[in-house]
Amino acid sequence: MNFYVKYDLQVICRNLLLEKIGMIGLDCQLNNTNELSFREEVSPDFLATINEGFRNAGIEIVASPESIIVEKTKEAILELISEEDNLVLSKTSHHLARTLNVSYRYLAAVFSEVTYSTIENYIILQKVERAKGMIAAGILTFTEVAWKLNYSSVGHFSMQFKNTTGLTPTLFKKIITQRRNNQQAAFSMNESPGLNI
Amino acid sequence: MNNNETIRILLVDDDEDDRADFIAVFAGLRMNTFVETLKDGVALMNYLMNDAAKLPHILFLDLNMPKKSGLECLIAIKKIDRLKDLTIAIYSTSSSQKDIEDTFVNGANIYIRKPTHPTMLKKILMHVLAINWQYHTSGLNKDNFLLQL
Repeated sequence: MNFYVKYDLQVICRNLLLEKIGMIGLDCQLNNTNELSFREEVSPDFLATINEGFRNAGIEIVASPESIIVEKTKEAILELISEEDNLVLSKTSHHLARTLNVSYRYLAAVFSEVTYSTIENYIILQKVERAKGMIAAGILTFTEVAWKLNYSSVGHFSMQFKNTTGLTPTLFKKIITQRRNNQQAAFSMNESPGLNI
Repeated sequence: MNNNETIRILLVDDDEDDRADFIAVFAGLRMNTFVETLKDGVALMNYLMNDAAKLPHILFLDLNMPKKSGLECLIAIKKIDRLKDLTIAIYSTSSSQKDIEDTFVNGANIYIRKPTHPTMLKKILMHVLAINWQYHTSGLNKDNFLLQL
C-alpha cells in the first residue's frame, strides 16, 4: 500500500535554516524565506565558516562578489593601520592590489560604488577613528597619538583630524570628557536613592 | 553591507522653505534615500515613541523651534534606550560655540550650520550621509562620532 506525502517546501526550508542557525548559534534574524540579517558585521572569513556549517544541508549564503571584495579591502586596510610601523600611505594601493590580487583601479571603482567613499578617505577615516579612541582613552598625549599613527608631526595630525571631524583634537577631548562626566553624574544620581549613607 | 539598502532620513524643522530645500537635495541621487519631514519637536517625539515606527538612519534636528526645541528633543531622545543609537545631526543657523558644544555634550553626532547656497547644502548633506554610512556599515564606535560642518 502506497501513500503520498505532500510537503510545503517553503516551510521545510525555513525550519531547516532556523535549526541550522540555532545549531551554529548565529546572532541573526530571518526576514523572509531567504534573507538573513545579522546584528553585527560579518567578516568574509566568518561567512565562509557559516557556509561550511550550512553545506551538508544544501544551504549557502550568497553575497555579491562586489560586497565581498569591499569587505576584504576594509579588512586589509584595518590590518595596515593596526601595524603601527607599516603605515606608508603611498604604498597602500600596491599593497591592497597585491593582497586582493586585483588591479587597484578596479578595486577603487568597486569600493566607491559600494561604500560611497573612496579608499583614500576610508583610510583617513579609520586612522582618525583610531586617534579618537586613543584620545578618548586619555592616556596618550596628542604628540604620542600622532607618532603612533605615523603622522610626520603633531601639526599634520591635528590638521587631518580637524579636516575630517571639523573639530580640533583638543575640543574633541573636551566634549568626550564632559559627556562622560554628565553620564556618570546621571548614573550616580539614579543610584544614590538606594544607598543609605 | 550592500548599497541597495535605503537610507532613511528624517528632518525636523519648523521652517517650510528649509524643509523644501532639504527635500530637493535628495531628488535624483545615486544613493537610495527615503526622506520624511516633521515640523516640530512634539511631532517628532510622538513619531519616535511609536514602537512600530521604523527608525531613521539619521535624524536632522533644527535647534530653534516652537513648542519643543531641538536641544530638548536631543536630551529626551538620549534618555530612551531604544533610540540611543540613532545618529543625530543638528541642523541650525546658529554658529555659536556654546550651541555646538552643548549639543555635542548632550549626545549629538553631527553639527551642521545651515548653508545659504543650495549647491553647498547638497555637498554637505552628501558628505554627512557618506560618513554616517561608514559608521553604519563598518562597525565604528558611535560614541566617538563627532562631526562639525
